[in-house]
Parts: sequence; structure tokens; C-alpha cells
Amino acid sequence: MASRIQVPAEARRGELVEIRVLIQHPMETGYRTDDTGRRIARNTIRTVTCRYEGVEVFRADLSSGIAANPYLQFTTVAEASGTLEFEWVDDAGVQESARHSIQVTG
Amino acid sequence: MIVRVAALAAALSAAACALPAGAQERTPPLDKLQSGAAFLSPELRAQQLDDFANPGMLWVERGAKLWAAPAGASGRSCADCHGDARASMKGVAAGHPLVDRGSGRLVNVTDRILECRTERQGAPRPASESNEVLALGAFVAHQSRGVPVAVTIDGPARTHFESGRALYTRRVGQMNLACTQCHDANWGKTLFSERISQGHPNAYPAYRLEWQTLGSLERRIRACLSGVRAEMLPYGAPEYRDLELFLMWRAAGLAIETPGLRR
Repeated sequence: MASRIQVPAEARRGELVEIRVLIQHPMETGYRTDDTGRRIARNTIRTVTCRYEGVEVFRADLSSGIAANPYLQFTTVAEASGTLEFEWVDDAGVQESARHSIQVTG
Repeated sequence: MIVRVAALAAALSAAACALPAGAQERTPPLDKLQSGAAFLSPELRAQQLDDFANPGMLWVERGAKLWAAPAGASGRSCADCHGDARASMKGVAAGHPLVDRGSGRLVNVTDRILECRTERQGAPRPASESNEVLALGAFVAHQSRGVPVAVTIDGPARTHFESGRALYTRRVGQMNLACTQCHDANWGKTLFSERISQGHPNAYPAYRLEWQTLGSLERRIRACLSGVRAEMLPYGAPEYRDLELFLMWRAAGLAIETPGLRR
């Protein structure tokens, strides 16, 4: 599954930075049936987390009420140069992750 | 002098005859043309314009990778023949469908992709509405973003155009409705919770919230056919191409928006 994550490459210390995440995922509700009438198994992303230098700064618990290809937007305070680690896991047990670094000045 | 005036008058009337037959009947008139984006909420319109938040860009990105990846028995990629898509594919989607000189068939961008995949690259034919076809189609059409729609309806395309116009104005289905009754006579009005658009094809393949995915213009037309409870033709039916040609002519001048975002 493809994903797009946007983290500013640079920020000033103490600045509020906006982080955007778009994950390609069907977010199958488990309530739909296929053309032959069989129920399609539920498969939604369960959790999305973001750790900033190991500290969790964002967590979202998603469910079948969230549309396919979820788009998340949140902010955090730029404290030090480091890595933001994103991780998400779905009902099928597929776990994916991404890393982005941020350069903090001042 | 009189002769010259007469000749001029004759030339003028000839010019009037040479105008496309539907020039006066063009609906909506050119100065009232509005892309489907104009009927979206401001939030959705902003999301379409935001290349990060527009989910259709996921397909465009995938298409860019497919463009460069070798496929089929030939081991060749799209890029091996067509080079940099930013140059070679610019404006292509704005001029399709058109009559292919080789086969004499009216083809759209999807047909071109399928033809290249099967005949030139020697790959198995991808399914209609598969992510592979949609991604490549979105990527190719995206290269024309901002280019005004301009299709040819003269010469060999003429019969297809007339057939498309006939399909557009013919009542179908249990609802007994033609395209024109919503998209010419009632655009801008409210149908349940929706505002009826003018029915332009310039943003396809587009991401529709109803589908929760990207889909082709063909799929969108099928959705309208289903809405009026008409029989849906199979994917690839020539009627869809004729209708697409008519819709593109009707949208002439609107900029390509692919990947569009629609309800």
C-alpha cells in the first residue's frame, strides 16, 4: 500500500509544525458483500501512531466509520532535530511504517 | 465589384454552412461552461487542488512508477518508447478520443494504454478498472492538467460524434431520462442532496467519494445509466467512446483537471 507523508524538512525550535499523512487503504467495513453475495471481510486500519524521537506525539484509533484512503493531519512542536516514525496496522495484521527526519534550528 | 460582393456573400454563406452542425445547439453555451469542480463544496474543491491531500495523486504516483517499469514479453517500459511523459503526453488526454489511423476505431486514452500493453509490450491484458490501467490513465491524463479540452469531430470522427449526440439526447431506462435532461436543462439545481453538474468529462479518471476510489469516465457514465435504471453496456463498448467524444466536444475549452475529486 502506498502512502504519502509530509513533514517539514526544517523548523525553528518551539515552532508548531503541521504533519500530513495519506495512506492508501480500502478501509473495508465488513458490512459489504461482493458480486456473488459473499461478505467481504473487514479490513480497516486499526491504529496510526507517530513517534518523535521515540516519544509518541500522535495516535489515532481508526474504525469502519473512516473512509478509504484515510487522510490525517496533526501538529506537533518542533523540539529537536530528529526522526519521526510513523506506524500503522490493519485488521489483516499488515504493519507498515515510514520515517521522516526534521532539522530544528535555533 | 458586384461580382466580388456576390462572391463574398457566397463565401460567407459557405462558411456558415461549414460551422459544426451543432454550433447553435451547443449546451450549455460556451460562456456558461462550468467544470464539475464548480459544483463541489469549497472544502472539496480545495482538496482537489491540494496535490498532497487529493487521494487521486496516489494513483498518479503509482502510474509514474508503472510508466518507467518494464512490462510484458518485450521487457520494454512505456518510457522506452514515449520518453519523458511530461513532454510526450502533454495535451494527449485533451485531444482524445480520436479516430486511430491504423485501426479506424475511435479510441480513448485507456484504449491506447491497453493496446500498448498487449500489442507492443506483450503483456497480458489488464482488466478494465484495474488499478494498473487507472494508475497509468491518471498519470497520462495528469500530464495534460490545465490544457483545454479540444477534440476533433470532423472527418472520420463525425459519425461517432453524431452517434454520441444521439446517445446523449435519447431517453433511456425505467426513469425514461436522457443525459440532456439533467445536465443541460437542470444543472445547478438540487437533486436530493446533490447539485446537478453540467456533466463534463475533464477531470477523469477521478476520485469519487461515493466509490472510495479512482474510476474512469466509463464507470461514471455507467453510474448515471444505473441511476436512471437503464441497461449498462459492458466496459469497452463503442457507445461509450462515441458518448465520450460528444462530452469532450461539449466541454471544449475547459481545462483537464485529472485527478479530479468528485462526490
